[in-house]
Amino acid sequence: MDAELSRAIRDLLDSYDPATTPVAEFLGARFDAGLAWVHFPEGLGGRSAPRSVQQEVNDAFAAAGAPTLDIGRHGIGLGMAAPTLLAHGSDEVRRRFLRPLWTGEETWCQLFSEPGAGSDLAALGTRAVQEPETGDWIVDGQKVWTSLAHEADWAILVTRTDPDVPKHRGMTYFVCDMHAPGVEVRPLRQATGEAEFNEVFLTGVRIPDAHRLGAVGDGWRVAQTTLMNERVAIGGHAEPREGGMIGVVARTWREHPELHTPALKDALLRLWVDAEAARLTSERLRQQLAAGQPGPEGSAAKLAFARLNQQISGLELELLGGEGLEYHDWTFRRPANPSMLEGSPGYRYLRAKGNSIEGGTSEILRGIIAERVLGLPQEIRVDKDVPWKDLPR
Amino acid sequence: MNATTTDQGGADLGYSEVEEELRANVRALLAERAPANATLARTEAEQTTDLALWRALAGELGVTGLPVPEELGGAGASWRETAVVLEELGRAVAPVPFFGSCVLATAALLALGERKILPQLASGEAIGALAIPFASAPGGAFPADVRVSQGLLSGTVRQVADALTADVLLVPAVAADGTAELYAVTGALVEPTVSLDMTRQLAVVTLEEVEGILLASGSEAAAALDAALETGAALLASEQLGVAGWALTTTVAYAKERHQFGRPIGGFQAVKHRLADLWVLVTQLRAVARAGADAVTRDAERALYAALAQAFASGAAVTATEEAVQLHGGIGFTWEHPAHLYLKRAKSASIALGTADRHRARIASLTHL
Repeated sequence: MDAELSRAIRDLLDSYDPATTPVAEFLGARFDAGLAWVHFPEGLGGRSAPRSVQQEVNDAFAAAGAPTLDIGRHGIGLGMAAPTLLAHGSDEVRRRFLRPLWTGEETWCQLFSEPGAGSDLAALGTRAVQEPETGDWIVDGQKVWTSLAHEADWAILVTRTDPDVPKHRGMTYFVCDMHAPGVEVRPLRQATGEAEFNEVFLTGVRIPDAHRLGAVGDGWRVAQTTLMNERVAIGGHAEPREGGMIGVVARTWREHPELHTPALKDALLRLWVDAEAARLTSERLRQQLAAGQPGPEGSAAKLAFARLNQQISGLELELLGGEGLEYHDWTFRRPANPSMLEGSPGYRYLRAKGNSIEGGTSEILRGIIAERVLGLPQEIRVDKDVPWKDLPR
Repeated sequence: MNATTTDQGGADLGYSEVEEELRANVRALLAERAPANATLARTEAEQTTDLALWRALAGELGVTGLPVPEELGGAGASWRETAVVLEELGRAVAPVPFFGSCVLATAALLALGERKILPQLASGEAIGALAIPFASAPGGAFPADVRVSQGLLSGTVRQVADALTADVLLVPAVAADGTAELYAVTGALVEPTVSLDMTRQLAVVTLEEVEGILLASGSEAAAALDAALETGAALLASEQLGVAGWALTTTVAYAKERHQFGRPIGGFQAVKHRLADLWVLVTQLRAVARAGADAVTRDAERALYAALAQAFASGAAVTATEEAVQLHGGIGFTWEHPAHLYLKRAKSASIALGTADRHRARIASLTHL
């Protein structure tokens, strides 16, 4: 970090006491000082500094006890919407949205997946049709697995604008007002009993053309920016040993010698080793990423953690024996910030089942690794040159 | 130090530019002097160790004394650089006594502050070996294969690595009163063993009232042996990474080029997904191996990260080479294809310095699990 950057951080901390300044005001000042995303341009929260110094800047603010946003609530905005807005938004759009996104005054969600377009996201069918008189877009369709839709102010949205061309070519990407007429959000209850996610029904929702990101028909390319950033931790910090789910089981093991059997001990130790290997791998990736761009290597970390979380949570239930037969609560509720480390063992076991499905199934991730990292031949595609409207569904 | 809560803070899991340069030099030398067909042929030669290659590593590249201080004739670098050399030697299953001399023996002598033998090992003019069964795990009982009686050593040690060409053996021995001792010995009978790992032939070391130079006794001898075994366990993971990396790279290349049913076999999902999983495994192995090299370099939680290295790397390298054999199909099962050399190295290495099970037990005791 150069002297100018250090001075800017010091000046900001001198002017805005991190302990007493309201969060949004502090973050707003950080944005205005170009210390939000330092690699963003001036006036948009950055100062065109190298991306590699971001971690140091974050660390400096963290060391001063400066406030940050809750990643559970603002992760989609910070991690996915912001880089997409920067890369594909007009000046007007970037100026309108980036600051309140950064300060947490506006919350974001992501309207991508649909009941008929999960792993095959490019098959999505939510239609957007441009009104000739106004240039506005009228959107009709259904989205699913939307975290935070019930609290979000804005959404990043991918739609089908041309059904007559092959699926990857006929999509367009928008910013959608979640308070607009025609947006209906319904909770989607999952196997754990609670509803982290939503279904979002869009009926005649009007979006101004100014809120389009990228060209008409170029939505898939814009979506790639979002998805490439999905698995990159925002200001990720090193996780300590036993920091994840293995720590929960290790504590139970240490506190309950009466539960020990040789077979369980062997199973626990194998998972401890795998968890530590996965942690070191993420740490190595974090050290590399601090200097560069996100790449497909993040897929490996997600693949590994999905499997580990499932194995560890399964072992935890077995380890608990009779207690593992109980569940804490099936009552329908909407968790504000669900954490696998806090719920009951049964909750962890069930919730972990989603880890190999959400954000790219493990099978899709293996395909990504095989093709993008190892350069193996692509799957044979029967849908490549077929107009979207003619695809079987 | 409380192993359950202390984080391995500050571990550098990457490679420096100097390390990458070192890697390139070693790789280039091995590509030229140790091609697969020559390595295969040597397994059936009279001399299974490639001493010409050894001399090139020592003389031309100067990589035999990397962790040894400059005043003792070494390069004054660290175990991290040694680990990079091991990756490349593993990648070529190069038949040189590097692990025995430059890791096990060197680590023991460094721990003792020894100054006479160490410079010879560092320059590569002499080859050292640690006379213990190669399956010995860190944290075990002090070896009692060799006894000391009236100053003379007697006993037999089986499955000793890199002893065949060794000029000096470091021999753990037990005195009449039970004291643990460590000797330097030059007059032992060393006979080759038919070994599962054809590129690291083991030997039987027989001592019949042989004189030795006493290097250390008591806790100092035990600590030197611990240092050797833990450093060895941590760094063997880098060699295993080289082996596994070869298996992955070679198999991916083969899957792109081998056609069946009118397509490259790497286009079939059953093959693609196995290779993706293998890539994840090798990626994890790299992080674990770097953590091991970093831990011995900084002497930070060395015992734990040595145990982790072997608890993870043993299975990972075996899986990688087994997958290589399977995904190569028929050719992978032939003598002429080098895959079997890597399989044999990986399986042997999974037993060397203790099986994964032994290392998991060590982790359990260090972390109170």
